[in-house]
Amino acid sequence: MIPSAFDYVAPTTVDEAIQALSQAGDDAKILAGGQSLVPVLRLRLAAPTMLVDLNKISELRGVRDDGNVIVVGAMTTHHDVINDPLIREHAALLALATQTIGDPQIRHRGTLGGALVHADPAGDLLAPAVALDAEMVIVGPGGRRTVPASEFFVDLFTTAVQPDEVLIEIRIPKKTGWGAHYEKFQRVAQAWSIVAVAAAVRTEGGSIAEARVALTNMAATPVHATGVEQALVGQPATAETIRAAAEHAAEGTSPMSDGNADPDYREHLARVLTQRAVASAAGLAA
Amino acid sequence: MTATTQPTERELGRARRRKEDARLITGRTRWTDNISLPGMLYMAVVRSPLAHAKITGINTDAAKALPGVLGVFTAADLGAEGISLPCAWQITPDMKSPKAPPLAVDTVHFAGEGVAVVVTRDAASAEDAVEAVQVEYDPLEPVLDMEAALADGATLVHPDLGTNRNALWVFDSAEAGSGGDVEQAIRDAEIVVKRRFRQQRLIPAFMEPRSVVVDPTGEQLTMWSATQVPHILKTMASLTLGMPEHKVRVIAPDVGGGFGGKLQVTPEEALALLVARRMGKPVKWTETRSESLLAAHHGRDQIQDITIAARRDGTVTGLKVELIADMGAYLRLVTPGIPILGAFMFNSIYKFPAYRFASTNVFTTKTPTDAYRGAGRPEATFAIERIMDELAAELGRDPMELREQNWIKHEEFPFTTVAGLTYDSGNYEAATAKARELFDYDGLRAEQRRRREADDPVQLGIGISTYTEMCGLAPSRVLGALSYGAGGWEHASIRMLASGKVEVVTGVSPHGQGHETAWSQIIADRLGVPFEDVEVLHGDTQISSKGLDTYGSRSLAVGGVAAVKAADKVIEKARKVAAHMLECSEADLDFIQGKFTIKGTNRGVTIQEVTLAAFTSHNFPEGMEPSLDSDYTFDPENFSFPHGTHLCAAEVDTETGWVTIQQYVCVDDVGTVVNPLIVEGQVQGGLAQGIAQALFEEAIYDEGGNLVTGTLADYLVPSAADLPHFTTDRTETPATTNPLGVKGVGEAGTIASTPAVVNAVLDAVRHLGVTNIDMPCAPQRVWRAVQAARGAAKSTSEHTTETAAGGGLGSIDAQGGTQ
Ligand SMILES: Cc1cc2nc3c(=O)[nH]c(=O)nc-3n(C[C@H](O)[C@H](O)[C@H](O)COP(=O)(O)OP(=O)(O)OC[C@H]3O[C@@H](n4cnc5c(N)ncnc54)[C@H](O)[C@@H]3O)c2cc1C
Repeated sequence: MIPSAFDYVAPTTVDEAIQALSQAGDDAKILAGGQSLVPVLRLRLAAPTMLVDLNKISELRGVRDDGNVIVVGAMTTHHDVINDPLIREHAALLALATQTIGDPQIRHRGTLGGALVHADPAGDLLAPAVALDAEMVIVGPGGRRTVPASEFFVDLFTTAVQPDEVLIEIRIPKKTGWGAHYEKFQRVAQAWSIVAVAAAVRTEGGSIAEARVALTNMAATPVHATGVEQALVGQPATAETIRAAAEHAAEGTSPMSDGNADPDYREHLARVLTQRAVASAAGLAA
Repeated sequence: MTATTQPTERELGRARRRKEDARLITGRTRWTDNISLPGMLYMAVVRSPLAHAKITGINTDAAKALPGVLGVFTAADLGAEGISLPCAWQITPDMKSPKAPPLAVDTVHFAGEGVAVVVTRDAASAEDAVEAVQVEYDPLEPVLDMEAALADGATLVHPDLGTNRNALWVFDSAEAGSGGDVEQAIRDAEIVVKRRFRQQRLIPAFMEPRSVVVDPTGEQLTMWSATQVPHILKTMASLTLGMPEHKVRVIAPDVGGGFGGKLQVTPEEALALLVARRMGKPVKWTETRSESLLAAHHGRDQIQDITIAARRDGTVTGLKVELIADMGAYLRLVTPGIPILGAFMFNSIYKFPAYRFASTNVFTTKTPTDAYRGAGRPEATFAIERIMDELAAELGRDPMELREQNWIKHEEFPFTTVAGLTYDSGNYEAATAKARELFDYDGLRAEQRRRREADDPVQLGIGISTYTEMCGLAPSRVLGALSYGAGGWEHASIRMLASGKVEVVTGVSPHGQGHETAWSQIIADRLGVPFEDVEVLHGDTQISSKGLDTYGSRSLAVGGVAAVKAADKVIEKARKVAAHMLECSEADLDFIQGKFTIKGTNRGVTIQEVTLAAFTSHNFPEGMEPSLDSDYTFDPENFSFPHGTHLCAAEVDTETGWVTIQQYVCVDDVGTVVNPLIVEGQVQGGLAQGIAQALFEEAIYDEGGNLVTGTLADYLVPSAADLPHFTTDRTETPATTNPLGVKGVGEAGTIASTPAVVNAVLDAVRHLGVTNIDMPCAPQRVWRAVQAARGAAKSTSEHTTETAAGGGLGSIDAQGGTQ
């Protein structure tokens, strides 16, 4: 359980980090909270020759208000996300999902940026990013670019971020006053999701005015459940309409098979959990 | 010399906090891996990634060329080809035993088996060197399914044995004369229920990984090991590795849990010893968590075919048990005997007139199995408690009522069972009555009816487990009758120090249980000295020269009793000295609360004063030994038989298959309680481990024979967050077979809770037509069982799918790393 030898740098600015990555070439890895990377190194599933530690770059930490969006620094820890008043007010779904991650130690070290770039299909923050229409700001030798969540996740453990690039911040359009719920189904408290559903709903006079639903671990990348959303919008926020809409949850998914669930069971769970998540988000008892 | 205030409060029964906890919890103690010796080298093991293969080549050149590498050795290099790790239990005269070298010779027989070792100057280099050793394999067919392994023409794990069958071990009450013929009982029965249950494979998953340090530089070779069994290890090391026994010292320093998983003489201990001897320097080996899950012995893994015969009125008339038990690839210390430890317990607390038990032990190409908390008895209790529920369902009877009808009544003790054991004491009625009261059995049944009628998506079930277990391993004559390779006695010494303080040396070897506190309480009471004045020493064969170590809930009932008997000898010696000091006859002395007093007077001397007198011995008469120190070796006359009633209320979400334990009540009777806090800790931990088998844990192999639950992200050990509040209580029926009246509590919770939970899960969905769910009752399994019962099963692929790990770390694994 000791990683292969590697060099280590801890730059204090993003520019220095990018320089270090460019110099080291393909064998460099960014170290954020280390909660996914360090196990990978210790199990010797990867052996980078250089680690570029972002923990000393203070500008990458924290949350700020930027008009219609809130901006979350990539190095903001899960703990800080959960407790941030801006996030709780304008992107409650993210705080709720983050709360389900691991345990307090992991949440004090792990970061939002790390979780998104790691892109584990069972990770809990991918679906909320999609449901909240987040945008990822990426900086590399070629400059700065912005990628919407819908295009950010490319495949299992693969995102739009290139080896010499750094994800610096996540921009989330405010969804103030929306109801939100993250329904996670797992075997034990400290486990990843078998399936989970991220739901945010805006109701107006007893009807669903807007709805955003995305699924965790129902494909290699998070699934945006547009069929469910369409079936919800304009409908009264009742158990019946939600149940009917949730029937669309498994559309467009391609769930994998593992020791915990086969595809048909995952599809079934997606429907049940979607119904529960949306009902909670809409303020109905599930 | 010292204050001699005698304590007035009784220690027995006092809820003292454990005195060892501060050092254990803060880690400021000596775990084996904390030990660093001058010039110490590191050893790591190159392990087979295949379950079954011929080794066609081992290339060590690249590894040897790495910096810090001092040697790479195969079995041949170490001269270890002829060594076979010990199995102490020849269960039948014709039992088949494969050779079990500490490193594979020519062929690997399970994934994780050692193929070579590397020896380096530091721990990091060792892991680099392991990666650099190139082993070529020619794959062979893995042997994974126990029934297929027994079929004609099956691939053989050890071709030289000619079979995959290790042994067939039978107990038949008709042959033994302890009961009738079970086949006859089945023929005559008004109702016969037959079920197949599975004990999934489990991993002990102790907290401290195994670790060993060997220092070959002294006159005695010293081995520190994270083991439960330092004494057995010493003897076995000398018997199998050619070390004269007096040239070996074994130390089990503080050990972080074992659960039977460290009741072993491991290949790595043997290898560290061989390597240290060869290098002439101290050597350390500490396993990684993944190695621990993969290569340390596993537990359970049985197929149980159970047939129960009864009359229509519910009276049971016969029980037939046919087991197939997985040994894994080799026989370790007590591997073949584990099912046998259950053989006498399937009949449990019930009055069966006829009983037959047969275990067919099988070799497969999986990690060897061996003792795991309860060892044989959880398997037995699960099967009997499950089949009692099945019988109740068939008869349309309340399962508690059916149990009451058939169990041994309190006035019938001592009771000799159909399996030939004599239960000395017990009161099943009292424990059950108390449990029912705490549980609101009738109220919950009403709630269950309501939910059934309303077709609530969340159904409620009630599970019962009225268990007993045999503890306190063991009377030596019984072990002899079972062809076990050692006795079952335990040893203790008491050393009275000049200042009046006391050292208790015990032959049992705690690894988290709190013996230091409990033994101090017992001896403080017995000798009438303050608790703080007693120190308990253990685990170092130079200090504790004699012992048989800790397992099978034996420490208190056997080792604690040995300490009491040694204390009684101290008192008898002290009485002579006190009579001399007080110039009276021994018969005139009372010994109360640490003081010898002349009857009818207040003239007396304290035990501390007597001890000091023995230390100076200035005016001792001729023939009086100037010492109070005493030893005792205690061989119990019988096992002890804790029992209890566990009740579980579980909710099953029929839409997802999710199980929530809503309430858990247990009333255990573990005899006299020395320390209620320790008992509570053992019960709660035991419950967690038993519930883990019911709902969470399973060692899963893929079709290639690779363990896929190889990290704690995939092998689901529950935490406090996954467990309910436990309502625990006790009845106290003292054991009559030892002077303390104690029975043992180390395994009770684990043994009792598994069937209570599974029975509750089934009770919740039985009305839907579900009659069995394999453990662990994971959500998918429960959901599919409900779907199948409703005739709406959508998938038939259950068997082909239990191969891959889950998401998270597991999916990193499967993908070979991040992007
Ligand atoms: C026991 C345990 C349980 C867990 N349970 C859960 C759970 O239930 N749900 C869940 O979602 N997660 C869980 N996690 C994972 C946790 O959320 C991690 O913190 C997260 O996945 C990775 O974040 P990190 O900051 O630790 O990143 P690191 O581990 O440091 O990095 C992860 C990857 O992202 C890259 N990276 C990190 N930051 C950047 C950046 N700014 N720009 C470019 N690349 C970057 C790294 O190079 C690496 O490849 C668990 C982890 C553990 C150890």
